[in-house]
Amino acid sequence: MQREVSEMIDAMKRGDTRALARTITLVENRSPGWKEAMQAIYGDTGSACVFGITGSPGAGKSTLTNEIALRLHDQGYSLGIIAVDPSSPFSGGALLGDRLRMRNICMKTDIFIRSMATRGVLGGLCQAARDVVRILDAAGKDIILIETVGAGQDEIDVVRVSNFVMVVCIPGQGDGIQAIKAGIMEIADLFIVNKADLGGADEIVADINGMLDLCTHNGIPRPPIMKTSTETKEGLDALVENLIAYARERKAATEVNRNHVKEEILSLLEREVFHFVREELSGNGRFEEAVEQVLSHRADPYSTVEELLGSFPLYRGMKTREK
Amino acid sequence: MNENRKIRVLISKPGLDGHERGAMVVAYGLRDEGFEVIYTGLRQTPEQIVNAAIQEDVDVLGLSILSGAHLGLTRKVIDGLGAQQADDILVLLGGIIPEEDIPALKEMGVDEIFTAGTPIKDISDFIRSHLPRSPEQEPVIEKP
Ligand SMILES: Nc1nc2c(ncn2[C@@H]2O[C@H](COP(=O)(O)OP(=O)(O)OP(=O)(O)O)[C@@H](O)[C@H]2O)c(=O)[nH]1
Ligand SMILES: [Mg+2]
Repeated sequence: MQREVSEMIDAMKRGDTRALARTITLVENRSPGWKEAMQAIYGDTGSACVFGITGSPGAGKSTLTNEIALRLHDQGYSLGIIAVDPSSPFSGGALLGDRLRMRNICMKTDIFIRSMATRGVLGGLCQAARDVVRILDAAGKDIILIETVGAGQDEIDVVRVSNFVMVVCIPGQGDGIQAIKAGIMEIADLFIVNKADLGGADEIVADINGMLDLCTHNGIPRPPIMKTSTETKEGLDALVENLIAYARERKAATEVNRNHVKEEILSLLEREVFHFVREELSGNGRFEEAVEQVLSHRADPYSTVEELLGSFPLYRGMKTREK
Repeated sequence: MNENRKIRVLISKPGLDGHERGAMVVAYGLRDEGFEVIYTGLRQTPEQIVNAAIQEDVDVLGLSILSGAHLGLTRKVIDGLGAQQADDILVLLGGIIPEEDIPALKEMGVDEIFTAGTPIKDISDFIRSHLPRSPEQEPVIEKP
């Protein structure tokens, strides 16, 4: 490993905030040395409890994160927060505004807040978030909160990095829970009906209950529903008590972790194999040739893929065995 | 290599004035120029700004000040960055800044001053050509 990288990691483990921030940048950018950094810290990870918080835009996720973090901090937990916002598909830039609502905590220098853009890397966001979680974990954070807007599959995948997922709903959103993407409901460990001060919260609670009646399968515990308001502070203490109780009991939930590990190894494999195949094919011009073939209808894309892969002995062997 | 480097910019408003528009215009404009912009909003203390700049590991810090308190506030932010060995961050200043204060601000370590009405393109060009840390940023085109 490069000397600067290993020094940076040592400093990070000693509690140096700048080194922590720089390590995240290194890994997020996939700059040279990132993988070595991740390999070096893996042994120091695994003890943080990771909470995901998701829901429709403007539901109050950042404001809630602020309140939750304040309370956890007062109880002596050290905290890392990751706030994910979408990159613009047009410019590749992003406007990351979650800090705006985390004002009470942004003065506590021992709460580390990091804004992250999705960067439009297909399937890569999940791994990127997982990496940042690990870095915060290795830096000694007890609890890590990840905020992400529940808009697309990628964002849903991000919260799956967490041990426990909160889905935030609010009253008056047209059809209520309809506003929440399919796929998010299934991953909730806890529903929060926020902005309870605005009225209409009980209707949403009833909606969620109705939906849970339809889709609760045997064996899977029914997620609780809690009402909160960051205006009146209703429900916030109870919510945080719930989270702390979960963090204490978490060690039992090994099956969840096993699935996380499986998913991660598979997705890392997928990316490495894809990368390898792409490099190999683009090196010898065969890819361009194949594109021409399909364009001119001299070959179909399905056989073309088989043929391209045919240049890899491993794949050829597999095909021969299949026959 | 597989690099996916992005230039990160923190836009912040220290001090007590409540005029957010200019800062927002710059924040959106820089996003459209391909930067990752962290926006912290109004009434930030210099300590909060330094803390955010360090945690977010930004390449650029843009301060917007219309209250007239630019000399004192900017000094505090720059000293704060220095105390954390973060003086490699490019510091830009925008808002209402009288001509006669510009030499003092540059002396203090402000890299450039953009008064109200500066085209965003000027700001983004300045950033791209003055970054000590990042190489020139290509227009972003995702690989297939
Ligand atoms: N009345 C009321 N307003 C709230 C409550 N919680 C948050 N808000 C307001 O809702 C707005 C959005 O809050 P955010 O915390 O930014 O919401 P978010 O879900 O993080 O938004 P995005 O990150 O943009 O998706 C802000 O104006 C908050 O002040 C609440 O409990 N009651
Ligand atoms: Mg938010």
